[in-house]
Amino acid sequence: MDKFGFTISEGRQIDYESNDRRIAEYIFDREPSFRLCIECGGCSATCTTGNFTDFSLRELNILIKRGENEQVREKLKKCMLCGKCNLVCPRGVNTRNIVVLAKKAFQKSDEYAI
Amino acid sequence: MGKHVVVIGGGVAGLEVAGQLSKVGIQVSLIEKDSKTGGNLNKWYKLFPDRRKSSEVKEYLNGITANDGINLMTNTSIEMFNRHRDHFSIITSGGRELIADAIIVATGFDLFKSARKEEYGYGIYDNVITSADLEEMFSRGEISLINNTIPEKIGIIHCVGSRDEKVGNFYCSKLCCVTAVKQAIEIREFLPESKVFCFYMDMRMGGVFYEELYREAQEQWGVSFIRGKVSEVSETIDNQLLIKVEDTLAGRPLKMKFDLLVLMAGMEMSEGGRKIAGIGGLRTGENRFFAANDNHFGSNISNIEGVFYAGTCTAPMNITETISHARAAVIEVIDYLKDSN
Repeated sequence: MDKFGFTISEGRQIDYESNDRRIAEYIFDREPSFRLCIECGGCSATCTTGNFTDFSLRELNILIKRGENEQVREKLKKCMLCGKCNLVCPRGVNTRNIVVLAKKAFQKSDEYAI
Repeated sequence: MGKHVVVIGGGVAGLEVAGQLSKVGIQVSLIEKDSKTGGNLNKWYKLFPDRRKSSEVKEYLNGITANDGINLMTNTSIEMFNRHRDHFSIITSGGRELIADAIIVATGFDLFKSARKEEYGYGIYDNVITSADLEEMFSRGEISLINNTIPEKIGIIHCVGSRDEKVGNFYCSKLCCVTAVKQAIEIREFLPESKVFCFYMDMRMGGVFYEELYREAQEQWGVSFIRGKVSEVSETIDNQLLIKVEDTLAGRPLKMKFDLLVLMAGMEMSEGGRKIAGIGGLRTGENRFFAANDNHFGSNISNIEGVFYAGTCTAPMNITETISHARAAVIEVIDYLKDSN
């Protein structure tokens, strides 16, 4: 009760400079097609997981690129790696591999270990 | 009897019109307000989509002025023109009277004056520049900040003065997106260590080879595209530029720092064009460009018989479209002069 029931909301703003984008760099290096995403949402629309939960691969791509790693780690767990997203991507992004690489990257990093 | 046409404006459209008219033996007086021809093309170093040097295109266009039958009048503007029964009387800034059978208006566009978007800090912060300023840097062969250091992180802001009712321009200038992509590639080519970010509302890549260029920017040059309209720019204590934008695809506000910001200035009806519209009683549209008689069949035809339009005085157009529009204007004029005999 020392705060008299008050809390301070955490900021929602993405602070690009202070975020850690090593996960994104790890994926860019190994799957260059990651750069080609135009955020059309085709992957999210076809995604079975996305039809039953709030998982969105399009959103995940953005969060990885911005270095919002805490959120990425939680969301990654939902993907079943079926690869349907790969089939619909109009830009030929190897979407499934992005998830695979993100999982690997997290495993390499103690801080973000899944 | 020989026919005489006055062409107002010596940019891409005016030059092409003059060249085509002279080919069919029509006398042309080409009126240019500046000391040299070429118009807005003179501000550009390289052109999309193939990054061809603008000097090549200028060489072709400026060469036209040597054609027989073209009387080029530089440093000249139009003060007045009147339609008489079968001809026009035109008074130039030098007080000279020209008698013409027809007029082609090719007054082009002006780049949006970016200082009007005060929140982006053009003219306030040294390292906020426009697309035209960047072209000048490319021409000079150096991209540097005001303190002569090399920028590492560069932001490109799309839609400055376009699709923005706050500045009275609700239309899309349609060329700035591809210009941003072209310039992003050029920056990366010029400064291989740099990082480039484009902030867009929509990527309007509706021209031949535009989408390919966009893809190249992502794939080969690692340019990042972030969807969101930058709301404001402020300077930090260490002379960086802090922007605020909503990352609309993440659904969250985003802040980011840059060394250099490039504003993609849109296209507006030129001041020269507005003056001509005023003195000639030519109809303009809500977007302030000259209004075509018919959107499908009469884009070169004005509300005054014998006055025709060519190029970007009617709408934003790229060079390819401008050349086509200029040639179409010539066909309309030939048709008109034939009937007026």
